[in-house]
Amino acid sequence: MIATKALTPKATMGGGKTAAPAFSKEVRPRDKKSPTLPQRIRNLFSAGPVMPGESYGAPGRGKSLAISVVTATVLLLLWYTVTAAGWISPLFLPSPVAVVERFWEILTDGFAGASLLEHTGWSMYRVFGAFALAMVTAIPIGILMGVNRVARGLFDPIIEFYRPLPPLAYLPLVIIWLGIGEVSKIVLIYMAIFAPMALSARAGVRSVAIEQIHAAYSMGASRWQVIRYIILKSALPEILTGMRIGVGFGWTTLVAAEMVAAQAGLGFMVLNAAEFLVTDVVIMGIVVIGIIAYLFDMLMRYAERKLVPWKGK
Amino acid sequence: MSKLQIHDVSVVYPGLNGGEQVRALSDINFTIDPGEFVVALGASGCGKTTLLSLMAGFISPTEGFLTLGDSQISGLPRVACGVDLQDQIDGPGKERGVVFQKHALLPWLNVVENTEFGLKLQGVGKKERRERAARFLKLVGLEDFHRHPVYQLSGGMQQRVGIARALTNDPKMLLLDEPLGALDALTREVLQELLLDVWKETQKMMFFITHSVEEALFMASRLIIMSPRPGRITHEFRLDFNERFLECRDARKVKSMPEFITMREEVLSIIHGDETVGGLH
Ligand SMILES: Nc1ncnc2c1ncn2[C@@H]1O[C@H](COP(=O)(O)OP(=O)(O)OP(=O)(O)O)[C@@H](O)[C@H]1O
Ligand SMILES: [Mg+2]
Repeated sequence: MIATKALTPKATMGGGKTAAPAFSKEVRPRDKKSPTLPQRIRNLFSAGPVMPGESYGAPGRGKSLAISVVTATVLLLLWYTVTAAGWISPLFLPSPVAVVERFWEILTDGFAGASLLEHTGWSMYRVFGAFALAMVTAIPIGILMGVNRVARGLFDPIIEFYRPLPPLAYLPLVIIWLGIGEVSKIVLIYMAIFAPMALSARAGVRSVAIEQIHAAYSMGASRWQVIRYIILKSALPEILTGMRIGVGFGWTTLVAAEMVAAQAGLGFMVLNAAEFLVTDVVIMGIVVIGIIAYLFDMLMRYAERKLVPWKGK
Repeated sequence: MSKLQIHDVSVVYPGLNGGEQVRALSDINFTIDPGEFVVALGASGCGKTTLLSLMAGFISPTEGFLTLGDSQISGLPRVACGVDLQDQIDGPGKERGVVFQKHALLPWLNVVENTEFGLKLQGVGKKERRERAARFLKLVGLEDFHRHPVYQLSGGMQQRVGIARALTNDPKMLLLDEPLGALDALTREVLQELLLDVWKETQKMMFFITHSVEEALFMASRLIIMSPRPGRITHEFRLDFNERFLECRDARKVKSMPEFITMREEVLSIIHGDETVGGLH
């Protein structure tokens, strides 16, 4: 009883309730006053509570969602204001309302001979087809380049040579070789995805800690087991990063791929609309591409958190 | 069992970017007999980890070679008459388990998966693996942490997982690089005793690096003291405090014996007056 008293600060005890234990319920409402509105707003923009073990964490930690939401809202408002006030001709910048209306219209009626779903479907087929193809080729080749000097010598000059070229530069060649069908479109996107994915996989292999390899060998691992159980696992975070970067390059290359002889596709839709100066369709197409790419990136980030929770630890 | 021999070994690390070369070890001749508990003591940078890496087979000596029984761990082949004997050189092997200075655990595996990893490599069935891993995890005091991610453990707990991992694999020889460095005094004593028990029971060869003079004296059946630049073995002592402990099972009593205290002072004076004291070697 004496110990309890000594440990209990008077201020939190409330008047004269001597029998109350040290952590009585009465203490709570005093400590946890609900924040006022300005406080809540400030909390929304603060970096948030520090994670345990990170009190002096890397610079730039903390939540940034509220700030992003404000940025997006301000931009949208600005867009709405300048168009609603008529400061910019709709030919250059149609109002957001017009874009949304166009979205509904095309969703039901279609544009340039295909519905919006068809356009989106074809583009996703091309990008994700190329992405899947790159996954089953670029990742193994990148890993091979990391663990085998012959493979590295073989592929390094090829990848390093074509990687900095803009896809539009080799598009004509791809068309001459593969024709104007689906194949050349997918191959063009595939090439754009391949290089970053292979190079990330290779860098991932290089990043393995030598102590871990040593540990495995001294526990009786064969060379193959070291590759399978240590190197592949160590490389996984960078492989996933490479996949994120790669699919980004895929979307970047989409419009170029759909420039020649496409009947449908978001890139084709944007190009076609631009030709007829239907600016709201152009903007809508850009937004749709942006949203799909963003959603996929969120999915990849989720996969990263699930698959490589040890990343950066 | 076979002994580990180090023949005329020197290790020179190339300087980075044309910097100065580091002669980490110079003309080491040394033998570890079966059943011996060798402890290495010496200032930071005197080549202890380098010596351990040689024994483990992670690095090759610049000069000389190492053998374990009839097989060669590393170095230039003994009969280098223009014949390529590469495939007779073993490198690291599962008969020499290692506990690393930096734990070297695998962050994608949890505690028990890390511990049983060696057995998994050798194709031991899951049930048996788990049982053997659980036994040593209990001995190092981590029975409640089987499913914990290793990167969320404290430094001392990670070291203990590293020890449990090496013990679970049951090697003939254990190479331990400051395995108890990050532990509190109490846990440290428990694990010292555990390692001595394992040694007594299995007659493993032990090579144990430490910075604590007391720990060195307590654990060693042979103590070597090394000095830096170039790394050499300057002193050797045969000790039996570990045997005495295994008889009376009272660590504090052993550590307060007059012989122990005399020995400790002698070793401390060697370490502190490194320059003035001549070597045995
Ligand atoms: N990979 C390396 N490349 C170049 N020099 C190295 C390398 N590893 C060690 N050295 C050098 O060799 C010497 C011995 O290093 P080593 O790690 O064996 O010392 P140590 O006795 O284990 O020290 P500590 O007690 O601090 O762990 C040091 O001078 C170090 O700078
Ligand atoms: Mg060391």
